[in-house]
Amino acid sequence: MLQVNNLHAEVEDTKILNGINLEVNPGEIHAIMGPNGSGKSTLAQVLAGHEAYKVTSGEATFEGRDLLDMAPEERARRGIFLAFQYPVEIPGVNSAYFLRTGLNEIRKARGEDPMDAIDFLGLIREKLALVKMDESFLKRSVNEGFSGGEKKRHEILQLAVLEPRLAILDETDSGLDIDALKIVAHGVNTLHSPDKSIVVVTHYQRLLDYIVPDFVHVLMGGRIVKSGDKSLALELEQRGYDWIAQETADRVADTVGV
Amino acid sequence: MSVDKSTDRREWYLASFRGFEKSLNGGTASALHQVRRAAIDCFAETGFPSRRDEGWRHTNIAPVARISFRSAPDSPPAGLSADQLAPFTYPGLDGTQLVFVDGHFAPSLSTQETSLPPGVVVGSLAAALKEVPDLVEPHLGQNAPYAGEGFAALNTAFIRDGAFVYLPAGAGLDAPVHLLYLSTARAENEGQDAGDGPPVTYPRTLIVAEDKARGSVIESYVGLEPEASYLTNAVTEIVLGAETRFEHCKIQRESGGAYHVASLHVTEAQGCRFTSHNISLSGQLIRNDITTVLAGEGVESTLNGLYLASGDEHVDNHTCIEHASPDCVSHEFYKGVLSGQAHGVFRGKIHVHKVAQGTDAYQSNQNLLLSDDAQITSKPQLEIYADDVKCSHGSTTGQLDEDAIFYLRTRGLSRAGATGVLTQAFAGEILDLIGFEPVRDRLAQLVSAELEATLHNGSGARE
Repeated sequence: MLQVNNLHAEVEDTKILNGINLEVNPGEIHAIMGPNGSGKSTLAQVLAGHEAYKVTSGEATFEGRDLLDMAPEERARRGIFLAFQYPVEIPGVNSAYFLRTGLNEIRKARGEDPMDAIDFLGLIREKLALVKMDESFLKRSVNEGFSGGEKKRHEILQLAVLEPRLAILDETDSGLDIDALKIVAHGVNTLHSPDKSIVVVTHYQRLLDYIVPDFVHVLMGGRIVKSGDKSLALELEQRGYDWIAQETADRVADTVGV
Repeated sequence: MSVDKSTDRREWYLASFRGFEKSLNGGTASALHQVRRAAIDCFAETGFPSRRDEGWRHTNIAPVARISFRSAPDSPPAGLSADQLAPFTYPGLDGTQLVFVDGHFAPSLSTQETSLPPGVVVGSLAAALKEVPDLVEPHLGQNAPYAGEGFAALNTAFIRDGAFVYLPAGAGLDAPVHLLYLSTARAENEGQDAGDGPPVTYPRTLIVAEDKARGSVIESYVGLEPEASYLTNAVTEIVLGAETRFEHCKIQRESGGAYHVASLHVTEAQGCRFTSHNISLSGQLIRNDITTVLAGEGVESTLNGLYLASGDEHVDNHTCIEHASPDCVSHEFYKGVLSGQAHGVFRGKIHVHKVAQGTDAYQSNQNLLLSDDAQITSKPQLEIYADDVKCSHGSTTGQLDEDAIFYLRTRGLSRAGATGVLTQAFAGEILDLIGFEPVRDRLAQLVSAELEATLHNGSGARE
């Protein structure tokens, strides 16, 4: 489904990704962990198509198509979704309009008819229940005045409405209390299926108690330095990241023969 | 069209006025005609403004001043039907709608509310001058100044018809009155020496609300042909008694080649609550002068405005709030969306007189530039002569938030789609302040269509 080969990217001449390799197959859940500044969010933004990040080399394909060549909206229409770490406030655009407009763009790309306001209301009620959000949210401006937890649940609501093939969750757990974390995880798990994949970008292991990954990757210095199964996340929780940094440094030293 | 590069066609208008006087058939003895004469004398003296005048520094009116505009015909074109007016009406407003075609009242196209409260007058100015002159004459031409104001002077000199709305003391009008000024862009075919200049109309509106009355008026200025060229030279006077509640909404949807120069003058007595909405959607060159005089204590006055300009359109809003009494509050909230090579001008003057202690005035002007070549000139002007005042202003000009555009794109919207949604939201903040839902909703649709056209023909999109 998603194939990333030796991807390098920079922002304003600062190199952030230094050769990412990642393969995500249908139905898989991958966790990307790493210390602050390791490039996790950059990877998420690059996959979603943020224009501030310049890909300098490497490639990425989504279902066999060149991902890097696609505009952000084309990626969305083909089924990639990014849940933002910092969802953007959009004054004057209410949530219902925002959700329905996005959904109808994606339906159009899939060759489906646009959904009218009444059908949409039926759908959205069901999805609101999933993330335990009140209908009154629909009338509020997108993310404006939302608490941190509300913003994150609103991201998962969008995920539930748009039903992407690949969902990338960028630090969706940050700033959530345990109840909100469970709601978010429940929403994500409900949407996960054998043909839908999830990439969870997170600093902490905590979310992975609820969204159980098939693979865990450790990102440091802009590259994936270690991969494993879910037990790796537990090990990181206990031992931190320093031992991996050390292990990586040793390996690099061996390679260059110091 | 006839263009003389050396003069501002002053002689042309003076000759035109003499022709107009003849057509009045003895109506030159009236009090109104003395006002007309005074106004044409003022025009003869000063002519049109130029960029040397402080108030016109950013709007080059010379192209308009050079054209020999001809009077529009007296009668509506045969076969003009209600269907043709439909795009300019607001279904769901059930008040009186007066239609003026090329400046003249068209009774057959108008609808009168049947159950107006006693004493209320809503009708054509020409009829009111005959039937209730004592309600009209004390106010008509007495509020909006014309000395040194070339356009207002011409409008006043050529007053013949327009609208008159009168609310006696304590009267309440629930549904807004809609005054629809339609230009068909036909010119009178008189075989004058000036050839085939485009037409001009002089719509005149007088609104008088006595103490404790409440009501609302919507003034629409629209062009029947999408690209026609003509001049609308409009003046509206509003006189509000003590403790009135009044909402005024001006909607300007002139043709693409049209010039529109208008002034609105409001006088507010003690304890008034007045709101003005000034919405400009189209036209080649638009100039609005809005002056409100807070003439009694405890007035609360609000001026809202939204202007959209694309292509090479020019839109200029000059507002002036005269805080002439103590303890008055004024709010002003103007927004502009400019694309292509459009040029916007906003000048907001707040004049706090020495007596106006306890003034609380706030002004905001926000502009969105959707292209690299669009321009805005935004000039707040605070003149404060009292010492116990709260007076502030803010002006911002910028582009859309790129983070918000990216966010919307990740949800499937194209860049143009995202730009449209965000721009609509920006403009919507002003439309939402309008008190009449059918108008609000229809204007939101029109703004949306206008933005879509702008963003999809590429003249406004920023890549």
